[in-house]
Amino acid sequence: MAWLNTFIQGSLLGGIYALFAIGLSLSFGIMRLVNIAHGDLIVLSAYVALVVSQGTGLDPISCLVIVVPVMFALGYALQRGLLNQTLSGGLLPPLLVTFGVSIIIQNGLLQGFGAYTQRLQEGAIETASLQFPGGISIGVYPIVVFGVALLALGSLQLLFYRTGLGRAFRAVSDDADTAELMGVDNRKLYAVALGIAMIFTAIAGVLFAIRTNFDPAAGPIRLILAFEAVIIGGLGSMWGTLLGGMILGIAQSVGAALSPTWQILAGHIAFLIILIVRPSGLFPRTRD
Amino acid sequence: METDRVERGTRASRIFAVVAVVMLAVLVAMPWWGDAGEMRLVAEMAYYLALAQLWNLLAGYAGLVSVGQQAYVGLGGYALFYLTGALNMNVYLALLIAGPFAGLLSIPVSIAVFRLRGAYFAIGTWVVSEVFALSASLIAVLGAGSGLSLTPAIVREIAPDRAGREAILYLMTLAISVLVFGIVYLLLRSRHGLALTAIRDSEPASASLGVNTFRTKFIIYVVTAACTGLVGGLIFLQKLRVSPEAGFSINDWTVVVIFMVVIGGIGTLEGPFVGMLVFIFLRELLADYGSYYLILMGIIAIAVMLKAPSGIWGWIAQRYDLQLFPVGRRLALAPSGDVSKP
Repeated sequence: MAWLNTFIQGSLLGGIYALFAIGLSLSFGIMRLVNIAHGDLIVLSAYVALVVSQGTGLDPISCLVIVVPVMFALGYALQRGLLNQTLSGGLLPPLLVTFGVSIIIQNGLLQGFGAYTQRLQEGAIETASLQFPGGISIGVYPIVVFGVALLALGSLQLLFYRTGLGRAFRAVSDDADTAELMGVDNRKLYAVALGIAMIFTAIAGVLFAIRTNFDPAAGPIRLILAFEAVIIGGLGSMWGTLLGGMILGIAQSVGAALSPTWQILAGHIAFLIILIVRPSGLFPRTRD
Repeated sequence: METDRVERGTRASRIFAVVAVVMLAVLVAMPWWGDAGEMRLVAEMAYYLALAQLWNLLAGYAGLVSVGQQAYVGLGGYALFYLTGALNMNVYLALLIAGPFAGLLSIPVSIAVFRLRGAYFAIGTWVVSEVFALSASLIAVLGAGSGLSLTPAIVREIAPDRAGREAILYLMTLAISVLVFGIVYLLLRSRHGLALTAIRDSEPASASLGVNTFRTKFIIYVVTAACTGLVGGLIFLQKLRVSPEAGFSINDWTVVVIFMVVIGGIGTLEGPFVGMLVFIFLRELLADYGSYYLILMGIIAIAVMLKAPSGIWGWIAQRYDLQLFPVGRRLALAPSGDVSKP
């Protein structure tokens, strides 16, 4: 029964990792951009929510009404003003520019908020749990987060396969030059894409900050977890990302069950093993 | 009669070689004219320069953009402390082993990370470094989360008094920095260097001309790891303490190094010098303002990447056709009286 419990907790933990990964996966899938600042943008969302929550007295989840548009605008501006300029020049420019953005966000937050750990308070839902036979107790909050991850992936599926915007996204992903010839304004489309990626990043940032303490240096490990979920699931596969997150979560739960200090390390080791055994992930779609 | 020949140096490079030797002699004499603070700063510049040259070799020449080189800095530091502390090894012998030890561990690492391309390679190397850091924080003989310190007996082994110790560590840092530079320079002038330059310019084209791109990259990765481990051992010999956080710090050993190389000029040997000087200058200038110097470095690096991707040195080299450390080959045509020949 203990192992079943570990398995369930780990799978649910995968929900937040899948949410971390969606933004990264989107920007890679559409514009082949690997955003090193992704983790810092997750943490930045949490800080925006913190400021809004303190300013308005709203609870963090209600703050999303403000945080989501703010992060969409930031993503749009970041892509339009900065990252679009890096897309034609090979591997180094996007990597190093987003690397620079990452350091600027981290140190900007450090200067603005100090190195203190922060936490968003959502109230009773954080500790509520459901009891099942066999002594298994599952937190309500992880179930909610997992549900949000399912909803997010479902809505992306609808966006990609049922709307004109989604068709344009798929077109530039397959062949950016030809899409442009067909009348797609790639630069604007990329800006919208990063904006949409930031919507999911904002949701992920707020949901994670309700559960976990964060500080200005909390971004890089979120980037690594998102990246591991994406690679395990297979590049470009949305539902694969969810499974990747779940596998990562289960590996971490098993590690934590052995010894609490093993949690993160067990996830990394599972990732490296999958990388060696199946370098293209479990459900590869995009060819790099 | 003169014939066409391949030139490997330029007039500027020969003049600069003399200047460089004089400058180096002045720095070697520093224990006799400088104070301890100045020596520490120059030593720091020397090891940052070595790290920057090594990262530049990896990313600028071999196209292996790693953000996980802190793994080898930490491994070098831990190897030194473990060998001297737990096994009572002589400190100089331990330092000599630290480099090859890091190089040896980089071989299994390369099996995993070489499966990833481009930016994914970058993050993969980072994960590996995290694995090393987390492992070090779990292993009891490595001091777990709090790390290891050098015992006073080992410190006295370097030199009995403080001034002597500072002079010896300073000279060792200088020597290793020159050694690392020498290795990178000679490697780039060798046939591996030619292969590397070809890979940097076009991997498929060089592969089709018979360059074994995998083997070349593998050799560079292992050599770089070994040298980074050696520098790491030296860094923590000066700091006298190593912990998982300090040893495997991405900010200290990789982020600032990347900024130096990018700002100075990636893919040139002169660039890391320029970038290191810019970094140290900004840091000393903004020393009283917390981490603003890092924000400024980030902004400058972004601006350089977008507006002048070849960096400060690349811009100078292009404008004045200047090469201080030439690694290429130029064809010098023999003077000929026959002007009708093209």
